[in-house]
Amino acid sequence: MIFLKSSISTRWFWAPSAAPSSAAVSLPDSCEEELLIRPLHSGDIYASFQFRTLWDTDFLHQGKKVSHYRLFPKSLGQVLSKFSVRELHISFTQGYWRTMQWGQPIVPSPPGAELWVWFHNTVADVDGNWKELTNVLSGIFCASLNFIDSTNTVQPSASFKPLGLGNATDHRFLRYATLPREIVCTENLTPWKKLLPCGSKAGLAVLMKSEKLFHSSFHSQAVHIRPVCKDWQCSSTAWELRQTLNVVFDLYTSGQGKKEWSLFKMFSRTLTEACPLASSSKVYVDVTDNPEGELFDLSPATSVLNTAVVLGDRRTYSVYDLTQKETFGQLRSLNLVLRWKGESDMLRPLLHAERYVAGFGLQTGEIHTLIYNNHPYRAFPVLLLDSVPWYLRLYIHTLTVTSKTRENKPSYIHYQPSKDRLRPHLLEMLVQLPPHSVTEVTVQFERALLKWTEYTPDPNHGFYVGSSVISALVPSVVAMDTNNTQERPLFSSFFPTKEESSYFVRVYTEPLLVNLPTPDFSMPYNVICLTCTVVAVGYGSFYNLLTRTFQVEEPSQPLAKRLANVIRRIRGVPLL
Amino acid sequence: DWKSNLLTSTQFFNSGHTNNWAVLVCTSRFWFNYRHVANVLSVYRSVKRLGIPDSHIVLMLADDMACNHRNPKPATVFSHKNMELNVYGDDVEVDYRGYEVTVENFLRVLTGRLPPSTPRSKRLLSDDRSNILIYLTGHGGNGFLKFQDSEEISNVELADAFEQMWQKRRYNELLFIIDTCQGASMYERFYSPNIMALASSQVGEDSLSHQPDLAIGVHLMDRYTFYLLEFLEDIHPASQANMNDLFKVCPKSQCVSTPGHRTDLFLRDPRSVLITDFFGSVRKVEITREAVNLTSAAEQPSEPLSYVDQLPVAEIIHQKPKQKDWHPPDGFILGLWTLILLVFFKTYGIKHLKHIF
Repeated sequence: MIFLKSSISTRWFWAPSAAPSSAAVSLPDSCEEELLIRPLHSGDIYASFQFRTLWDTDFLHQGKKVSHYRLFPKSLGQVLSKFSVRELHISFTQGYWRTMQWGQPIVPSPPGAELWVWFHNTVADVDGNWKELTNVLSGIFCASLNFIDSTNTVQPSASFKPLGLGNATDHRFLRYATLPREIVCTENLTPWKKLLPCGSKAGLAVLMKSEKLFHSSFHSQAVHIRPVCKDWQCSSTAWELRQTLNVVFDLYTSGQGKKEWSLFKMFSRTLTEACPLASSSKVYVDVTDNPEGELFDLSPATSVLNTAVVLGDRRTYSVYDLTQKETFGQLRSLNLVLRWKGESDMLRPLLHAERYVAGFGLQTGEIHTLIYNNHPYRAFPVLLLDSVPWYLRLYIHTLTVTSKTRENKPSYIHYQPSKDRLRPHLLEMLVQLPPHSVTEVTVQFERALLKWTEYTPDPNHGFYVGSSVISALVPSVVAMDTNNTQERPLFSSFFPTKEESSYFVRVYTEPLLVNLPTPDFSMPYNVICLTCTVVAVGYGSFYNLLTRTFQVEEPSQPLAKRLANVIRRIRGVPLL
Repeated sequence: DWKSNLLTSTQFFNSGHTNNWAVLVCTSRFWFNYRHVANVLSVYRSVKRLGIPDSHIVLMLADDMACNHRNPKPATVFSHKNMELNVYGDDVEVDYRGYEVTVENFLRVLTGRLPPSTPRSKRLLSDDRSNILIYLTGHGGNGFLKFQDSEEISNVELADAFEQMWQKRRYNELLFIIDTCQGASMYERFYSPNIMALASSQVGEDSLSHQPDLAIGVHLMDRYTFYLLEFLEDIHPASQANMNDLFKVCPKSQCVSTPGHRTDLFLRDPRSVLITDFFGSVRKVEITREAVNLTSAAEQPSEPLSYVDQLPVAEIIHQKPKQKDWHPPDGFILGLWTLILLVFFKTYGIKHLKHIF
């Protein structure tokens, strides 16, 4: 038999003659995939893909190196063990999530790129590991994550607690950075798809065609790695890799104005099979607002219904199980079609936020953050995290927090001032929001003048300030399920719930675009031209006036006289 | 049969290279320079189609055209009008994008002097048996190429970079293609051996763009690369076309400018150099007859654990702020100055006090 030795060490893939390990041993890793389709009341449609790989192994064990990778991607596994990473969350988003029109997202993310990492408490040099980690991730995801350095990294002291298992919460091991300018395009989707166990060849990932995904109002792809409970007893940990992709298709750009959505219209593909490596592969359609079918028609019809408590609300879903052959019907392809019949009202989301820059001119300005609490009678605290770049110098003595036109003193403030060209401002506040109110946080700032080499090649576009993050435990309408290890759909188990009466939510505001005083880069050329002109005209004229002498000159003689003079010179006679 | 196989295998290894690399750079920013990105992507597409894998291609795009908000068809970059060919494709991998495309990064990639934390996909890991294709496009002038509207690379710098590559044995043969105005000025100064260069226009001439698309609103491609793409679409991995055919691409009647080439530094005769020596790829294949045995992983021990509170309000409120800087206790400096004054007046007498009050 002939074997081909390639440079990547996948030797096990090419040895059919070797004795296979006994099939009776349960495999330590498993993967699941699911797609949630939620029609939004404005006619848009929200699709959320989640792919989860669970692997019972230990990356951080010092003695034994993990070398046999099956479903878990090797590139990420090597990153985890090399940099002693306890948790890694990275997201790439194009567009802004409109909470008022669309409700709360399943997995929130800010515009641009966001990366936050918890390192293991055995790491000696966290900053060195962070720098190398960002460079390695920029190679894996084809993004400019190498622009993350100390000028945009912060260490939040109270936000971004670990989403995985573990006790240690020393904030020296947490790093958070955003790049609001980062664009997402096919070159980021390609390596993201390569991390999936089935790639983009089988299962739900065949729907991911970039031409349709990027022609949308909102597109977000993320990778979340954390340790979770292996089983319901929670006696040991397993590593969980979740890859999520959220996309909102607009009624007018993708839907041609018709309130009728189908998988083919959204993705230009239909589903033909489940991923063979996945233990579960399901499609959920949110039919909570449609119990009797009066709002929209769903075909092919299914009798399988599932209820789950998601974001504080009990929702009902129609489930299509792709591992069953009957789901695909006669044509062996599944194309879900939703036809709208009536209008609906949306429940107002309980918490949302806005942010904008006020003021005029290029010297000073003011940042206003508005946080809305739409609950009719309950007040709850929120944690606001603001990371402002050093070139906007915040005047913290002008920080005011007002709710219902009265001053609202935060119960906890953590402020770390910026150092020019070294680190950004970090402001964290715990604010109690009164029921049914708007809380306004304002702070004034001054714009700094950058050195001319620090400007980007297109400085007149402006400079971005990353989104503020608002973390809150919002009181829920329905009792949340605190048993974290039960069989639940993936979209309901993203944030761990510890108590029944509230659920955790993270809201991101808009990023700000601020104009800094920009020099005229053509100035050196203009100065040289102007100076040379002034010198030539002014000094040159003066010099000529001083040094020029005038001499009288005879006008030139006509031709006849000149000839006559020539003849006279020959004869030796005096000239005319 | 084995005789014909032997013949093609000797032909195969004639050129002396064992691997292929490509460095494709677009240096222009802003939406109206869409055609430069389309140029690079069409060369990228051909090079990938003919066999060079993504791990051996360093693709640098100075701006994002596909997902630009002005693009009426997101995630696409077209090269032919009426949107016939999407050169962006579905599996593109861009290594340097946006602000990362600078003269410094380009020269560092060529010479290999990158910081140690640079990932592999951003490095040109060529050796002395590599054939490298370098393609540059953008706005240029007599002796320089403009990067991102803010800096430029001169032909002397480029020639020196190639000499550094030769000294460090980073290439076996190098093909340099440039599609800018006055492109021939960029290869005038080369002095290292084994470099073949092609340019889209001579010194004093402008390279022109091909055709605009009314739906997208910009010019889609430059003429030279458009005809180069048409030429390359006919090449397949086993093609025997040689460099003389490449020199004939885009004559003056089609290109309006006069393409130029330079072969005096190249050791082999261009007639014997195959197009696939640079645009295609040689893969090293080792045949082995051994079998490999696999072993399974062992089990790990366990401990009880729980999740952390996401918003522990009580803990946050009672969190003590960490004081990194040590400040002296209050009143210390006041006391210090009082002490100094007292010592002074005790030594020199109290009458000096009147000078203060």
